[in-house]
Amino acid sequence: MFDKGKKIDALSNLSTPKKDTELRQVWRHLRRNRLAMAGLAILCIFVLSAIFAPLITPFDPIKIDFGSAYQAPSSEHLLGTDWLGRDNFSRILYGARISLLIGFISVAIGMVIGVPVGALSGYYGGKFDLLIQRIIDILIAFPGILLAIVVVTILGVGVENVMIAVGIASVPIYTRLVRGSVLSVKEQGYVSAAKALGIGDMRIIIRHIMPNCLGPIIVQSTFQIATAILWAAGLGFLGLGAQAPDPEWGRMLSDGRQYIRTAHHLTTYPGLAIFFMVLGFNLIGDGMRDALDPRSRRHR
Amino acid sequence: MYGYVIRRLLLAVPVLIGVSILVFAIIRFIPGDPARAIAGVHASPEYIEQVRRDLLLDEGLHVQYYVYLTNLLQGDMGRSTFTGRPVTVELAERFPNTLLLASTAMVIAIIIGMSAGIVSATKRYSLFDNASMLAALFGVAAPVFWLGIMFQLLFSVNLGWFPSGGIGTWRHLVLPALTLGLATTALIARITRSSMLDVLGQDYITTARSKGLVEKVVVYKHALKNALIPVVTVMGLQFGTLLGGAVLTETVFSWPGVGRLMVDSILARDYPVVQGAVLILALFFVLINLVVDVIYAFLDPRITYGSKEVE
Repeated sequence: MFDKGKKIDALSNLSTPKKDTELRQVWRHLRRNRLAMAGLAILCIFVLSAIFAPLITPFDPIKIDFGSAYQAPSSEHLLGTDWLGRDNFSRILYGARISLLIGFISVAIGMVIGVPVGALSGYYGGKFDLLIQRIIDILIAFPGILLAIVVVTILGVGVENVMIAVGIASVPIYTRLVRGSVLSVKEQGYVSAAKALGIGDMRIIIRHIMPNCLGPIIVQSTFQIATAILWAAGLGFLGLGAQAPDPEWGRMLSDGRQYIRTAHHLTTYPGLAIFFMVLGFNLIGDGMRDALDPRSRRHR
Repeated sequence: MYGYVIRRLLLAVPVLIGVSILVFAIIRFIPGDPARAIAGVHASPEYIEQVRRDLLLDEGLHVQYYVYLTNLLQGDMGRSTFTGRPVTVELAERFPNTLLLASTAMVIAIIIGMSAGIVSATKRYSLFDNASMLAALFGVAAPVFWLGIMFQLLFSVNLGWFPSGGIGTWRHLVLPALTLGLATTALIARITRSSMLDVLGQDYITTARSKGLVEKVVVYKHALKNALIPVVTVMGLQFGTLLGGAVLTETVFSWPGVGRLMVDSILARDYPVVQGAVLILALFFVLINLVVDVIYAFLDPRITYGSKEVE
C-alpha cells in the first residue's frame, strides 16, 4: 500500500521552484515601484534607529534633568527638550521601539486568532460558519478604534493591554479575509482531488488552501500594522495606552500639548514620527498589493 | 427589493442583541467588585450595597442581563456616578454634537474626495492626478489628533482665523470637521479614482464613446453610477471610522460630543456613562450600515436577487 498523502505532497513539492520565481517576480515588480521603495527606506530607518537607539543618542529617554528643561532644538538637543529636561530626539528614537512592538505584536495576535477561525469557518461552512459570522458582525458593529477602547476599558490601561486590545480589534479583518479566500479556492479541482484521495481536512487547509491565501494576508497585515500603530498612538493620546514615563509617541503628543504655545516641538515631532512610520507601512502595502495582483502587473 | 430590506433588518437584530451583551459585559468583566465600580470610588458601603441590590448582582448573569435589557428598552441606562444625572439625558445632550461633527466631516469628504477622484481618473497621470494622490497618501497616514493640534497651531494660535476649541458658531465647526474628515477625504478620493478607472476601461464605455457621445455625458451619465457602488460601500464603513475618530477629534477640540464624554468617563471610572456612550455609537453605526446596504441594493439591482451574502 502506498501512502496517498505522501504522494500528493511529493507532487505539490514539484511546484516549489515555480513559487520561487513567483516570489522573485513580485520582488522585481516591487523594486521598480518607487513609492514602495521609499516606504521600505523609511521603515529601514525606523527599525535601525529603534535597534541602535543607545548608539545614536547619548541621552537617556526617561532621565529627568531639570537644568535643561524647555530647550528649543539645538545642536546638542536636536529636537529640543521637554518640561522635565528629557531629550526629545532620544524619546522619539526609543518611542519607535514601542510603536513597532505594538504594531507587530498586535497584528500577530489578530492573525493567530483570526486566520484559523476564518479558515475553519470558510472550509466547514454550516452552523459553525454562521455562528462565527454573527460574532464577527457584533465585533465590527463597534466602529474603528472603539472596539479597542472597549477592550482597554475592561483590561485597564498599559502597553500590553493596548497590544491585546488592538489585536482583538483586528481579528474580524483576518477572519473575513481568510474566510473569503478559502471560499473562493475551496471548490477548485485540486482541493476536490485532495479530498478524493482521502487527505485529512487539516492537511488540506494548511498545505493546499492556505498558501493561496498568503498573498492577501501579507498585504492586509502590512496595512494592519499601520492601523495598529495609529490606534495605539490614539489610545496613548487619550491616556488609555502607555503611561508615563514611557516614551510612547501618542502619550508624548498629549503631554506636550500643554506647552504648544511655547514649545511646539514637543507635539510636532512625535506626530511626524507616527506619520512617517504609518506612511512607510502604507506605501509598502500599496506596492505589495500591486505586485501580487496579476491584473495590475500586466497594466504597468 | 422589499424582501431584501426586511431580511437585512432581521439580520440586524442578533447584532443588536450581541452589542447589548458586550456592553452589559463591560462592567461585569472589570476586575474587582462591579457594585463598587458602578457606585463610584467615593461611595459609602450602604450605597454600594444598594447598587448591588438594584442591579441584582447576587443573581445569575442571565437574570442581570434580562433586567439590564428591559431597562434599556425602556430608555433607562442608569445614572452617572459622577453627576448623578440619568445617562440617557447626558447622551441626549451630547449625541447631536457628535452627529453634527461626523456628518459635516462626511459631507466635506464626499464633496472634496469624489471631485478629486473623478478629475484624477479622467486626467490620469496629470499633475493634478499625481498631486492629489500624493496628498491622499499623506492624508491617510496622518494621525487625526496630531493633525488637529497642527491645525490649532496654524489657524488658531498663529493666524487667529478660527477658535481652537469649544462649540457655538459655524467657525467652531470648521477645524474639527476638517481634521476628522481628512483621512476619509483621502480614502474616498483614492477609491473613486480607481473605481472610475475600472469602469472607464469597460466595453460599454467604449461603445458610448464610439457612438460619438460627449465625454461629459460618458463620464457623468454612463460611468459615474456604476463607479459609485464601491464608493458607497466605503462611505458606510468610513462613517464608522469617523465615529471612532470623533473620540479623538472631540478630545483635541474640546467638542462636547459623545466621544469626549466617553473618554472622560473612562478616566473618571464613570462606567454607566461609558456603557451608554459605547452603546449609542455602536447602535448608530449598525443603523448607518443598514441604510448603506439598502442604498447599495438600489444602486445595483442585481443584489436583490443574489444570495444574502451582501457585504
